[in-house]
Amino acid sequence: MDIKILGTGCKKCQQLETLTRGAVAELELDADINKVTDPGEIAAWGVMATPALVVNDEVVIAGRVPTAQALAALLTNA
Amino acid sequence: MTTPVLDDGVVQSAPRRRLFFAAGAVAWLFLYQANLPFWDWIVYDVGGLDETTRVGGAVHFFLYDTTKIALLLTGVIFVVTVLRSFMSVERTRALLGGRREGVGNVAAAGLGVATPFCSCSAVPAFIGFVAAGVPLGVTLSFLIASPLVNEVAIVLLLGLFGWKITLLYIAGGMTIAIVSGYVLGKMHLERWVEPFVFETRLHGKVIDSAEGLSWDDRIAMGREEVGTILRKIWPYLLVGIALGAAIHGWVPEQWIADNASSGLWGVVVAVGLGVPLYSNAAGVLPLVETLHDKGLPMGTVLAFMMSVVALSMPEMILLRRVLKKPLIATYVAVVATGILATGYLFNLVV
Repeated sequence: MDIKILGTGCKKCQQLETLTRGAVAELELDADINKVTDPGEIAAWGVMATPALVVNDEVVIAGRVPTAQALAALLTNA
Repeated sequence: MTTPVLDDGVVQSAPRRRLFFAAGAVAWLFLYQANLPFWDWIVYDVGGLDETTRVGGAVHFFLYDTTKIALLLTGVIFVVTVLRSFMSVERTRALLGGRREGVGNVAAAGLGVATPFCSCSAVPAFIGFVAAGVPLGVTLSFLIASPLVNEVAIVLLLGLFGWKITLLYIAGGMTIAIVSGYVLGKMHLERWVEPFVFETRLHGKVIDSAEGLSWDDRIAMGREEVGTILRKIWPYLLVGIALGAAIHGWVPEQWIADNASSGLWGVVVAVGLGVPLYSNAAGVLPLVETLHDKGLPMGTVLAFMMSVVALSMPEMILLRRVLKKPLIATYVAVVATGILATGYLFNLVV
């Protein structure tokens, strides 16, 4: 599984990263987690409000930090 | 994306939510009404300070204003965040796409006020707008209006100066955003936008961040935003109010009248001081309130406030990623001119 966290470095972006790493560990997923901070690259994903989450090359969340529950559901279904 | 809810949870949650809202609103109104008599009692009766002394007046001002502003911020940020959760940058871009300059600038300024937007997303949003074909000037109208007419500024103006001044500020801020964006658009500055912006190919599937939210999500967002904003601004707020209280108690009105009053240069000085100052509405307004009480004209006061929130160094540094220096300088010059003109106009009419 390929996970990207898109964020320019704001507080919510860090929250999303922590939450995602936690969820991946808890669900024991085999995932590659990368951070994308370049605004050009972020914009190229069609994302205009950070933080955003990209799972297997698909934007699944933009502009907010999901609840831990919702995030776990997203990652399990991906 | 909604969290799974048990059957009876669905049935119960709506009335419980209404009860929560009603109780919250009543508690809020009670606290707001009780604020003045409470601090009168604490400071003058219990504390034994004299209302007519400098210390008494300053202490009372500090406690009363801090409580009032905290209450106003909590109430209004919550309501605004819940309302704004129905809008998103994605929807705004869809609404602005294909709009011509003029009408587009007006729409962009209005949407800049209504859309939930953090200046940390300014660069991806800028690229997203321009790469999708929204004209440069229209995009700039959005970026100018968003911080200028923000909910914190509106709340504070409402609490400190009343609704007439607040409406004037909103009208002034919107006009600045519309006209500045339009003028910048007409100057055809596209050559000073970093070329990669126009070459960006949007390959991701656009996710609308306002979609699929339940009422519980929206309420949670509202509560979270109140916490985030209060945590972020309380030091500024306290310093601002403390400075306000000190000026309130110690700086004589004559000093302001002699040094900073209506004179021709007042507005220019105010904007000159405001642009490099990086603070937020919360830190500046309590100060502004005291200065106005002491006789500084309203237009000068509002011009100072606008220049602090609309043009900030950190945002310019962020925008440097996508805009070349001449465009940033032009942007600052045009917006500052708009603020100056608005300040003089307000000084004439208020």
